Amino acid sequence: MTGTIIEADGLTREFRIRDAKRKRLLTAVDQLTVRIEPGEAVGYIGANGAGKSTTIKMLTGILVPTAGSVLTCGLRPVPDRRRLARRVGVVFGQRSQLWWDLPVRESFRILAAIHALTSTEERDRTAELVEQLELGGFLSTPVRQLSLGQRMRAEVAAALLHSPELVILDEPTIGLDVLSKQRLREFLVGERRRHGTTLLLTTHDMGDVERLCDRILVIDHGRLAYDGDLPGLSRTADAERVLVVDLAEPMPDLTGVGGARHLSSEAGGLRQRLAFDAEQTTAARVLAAVSDKAEVLDLTVEEPDIEDVVRRIYAASR
Amino acid sequence: MASTSAADRWAARDASLRERLRPYRVVLASRARSQRAYRTSFALDLVCSLLVGVVELAEIWVLFSNVTALGGMHFNQILLVFGLADLAFSMADLSFGHLDTLPTFLRAGTLDAFYLRPQPILLQLVTSDISLRRLARAGVGAATLGIGLATSGVAWDPRTLELLALGLGSGYATFAGLFVWAAGLQFFLLDGSEMTNAFVYGGRYAATQPASVWSRPLKLVFGFFFPMAFTAYLPAVTILGLPGPEWLPAWLGWCAPAAAVWSWLMGLLCWRWGLRHYQGGGG
Repeated sequence: MTGTIIEADGLTREFRIRDAKRKRLLTAVDQLTVRIEPGEAVGYIGANGAGKSTTIKMLTGILVPTAGSVLTCGLRPVPDRRRLARRVGVVFGQRSQLWWDLPVRESFRILAAIHALTSTEERDRTAELVEQLELGGFLSTPVRQLSLGQRMRAEVAAALLHSPELVILDEPTIGLDVLSKQRLREFLVGERRRHGTTLLLTTHDMGDVERLCDRILVIDHGRLAYDGDLPGLSRTADAERVLVVDLAEPMPDLTGVGGARHLSSEAGGLRQRLAFDAEQTTAARVLAAVSDKAEVLDLTVEEPDIEDVVRRIYAASR
Repeated sequence: MASTSAADRWAARDASLRERLRPYRVVLASRARSQRAYRTSFALDLVCSLLVGVVELAEIWVLFSNVTALGGMHFNQILLVFGLADLAFSMADLSFGHLDTLPTFLRAGTLDAFYLRPQPILLQLVTSDISLRRLARAGVGAATLGIGLATSGVAWDPRTLELLALGLGSGYATFAGLFVWAAGLQFFLLDGSEMTNAFVYGGRYAATQPASVWSRPLKLVFGFFFPMAFTAYLPAVTILGLPGPEWLPAWLGWCAPAAAVWSWLMGLLCWRWGLRHYQGGGG
């Protein structure tokens, strides 16, 4: 059970698509070679249409690769699909896998039967997930009546009920409010710590990547554009964080303050945006430097936008 | 363990089969429960389904009651054909009819969820629902079959019972295979449920009629390719001891199981082909 979890070698998938007039070949995933070891938490990021979902579908046996090979949990996804399904859990953020008109509890019961859990396993695991994901309040509510946040937590519990070694999450936090995102992330961190689960998640949310992943894969037009950790990604992408300060009085542009770069001013200099490199300095140091010059009423720190990071990676890899 | 008796082995095999079927049983029981949960709505569903069945029966009634005989059959005998076909179809519709929701799954991308569960896709889809309201339709079919049998002068001997069981069983399987067939084609058509409905529901309609009135092309299409004549008309002809029409001799009534096998063969072939296309393997 300790073998490599994902072993893709030259994995390629092409789609024949019909344009207005002619057919053409679209390469959704292009020569993807990657290994993921047990217990890793990997963020798989890229623009829309970069090939993330196609990869996931090939890893789980939904799509047949055009070329190359892949082993998931040591199994060939398409021929061994049914055996693989017992060892992988998948959450699709935008597609429900629960029974729409059934209470959450009933969905869990069905899934437990599908995965042939013993009644002890079913009871213990359900209790664990209900507690960790705080599902107790809506276990007897039909899925269609749940809020998005509640539904996502139920989806995650459903995908993890059979204690899979590998959990794949496709945009798990999309559309969730800050608190729901936070709870879900905490749960996933805990699940990984408790059970050594391997996580692979696609996301547009930099927060997901920062709090959940210790390894990042960036895919661009089906090709692997980056494979490494988050600081390395920021370095490669030269991503800057942005400090936004609201000042008591209008000020001229705050250039050359504490190693930060002035981006823009609003309201005649009442609100200013300063970019800084997290490798070189800290938000606190920039703030201190600004406070020397003006009275700061309020502030926010903007994280580097994942789209922006990805764009820079793309630009750098060409 | 070497000395386990045959009985023990059978018990073990039985238990493992039961264990394997449990997921399907749990889903079906849950579907059935949820349909009956709202009593009024379920009752209305039943009534609607009953009305549709009665209207279709009335259509045959109006059409054939003014004629003493049509296609070599009296009205009572035609009731026998209608009853056989309708009962077999409603039971198939009850257990396989929801396969026609496949295009919805395909469009919403929810078919992927079935791939993530450790069971065959088709078996999961078939057992994903059960339409209990169609029991009312089956009731109309059964009643018509009863009246047909009672009034058309059928000889009550083992041969008749055998043919009746054979006809109903094969008819059910033939229609079920037809639903699978149609579902398999949905992978290619996407918006083609109208086209497949044409042969599924057209097939059902054809099955309720005496095939002797069909033109030769119709006989080819609904007599053999979609073997509708085998679901009710041919068993009825054989039960009644009538001479069969051109191309459809009476002894073919005994071949109803062959039609079921053909229907499933085509059904599974199309299904496999459809899944391959969906996964894009060489498709």
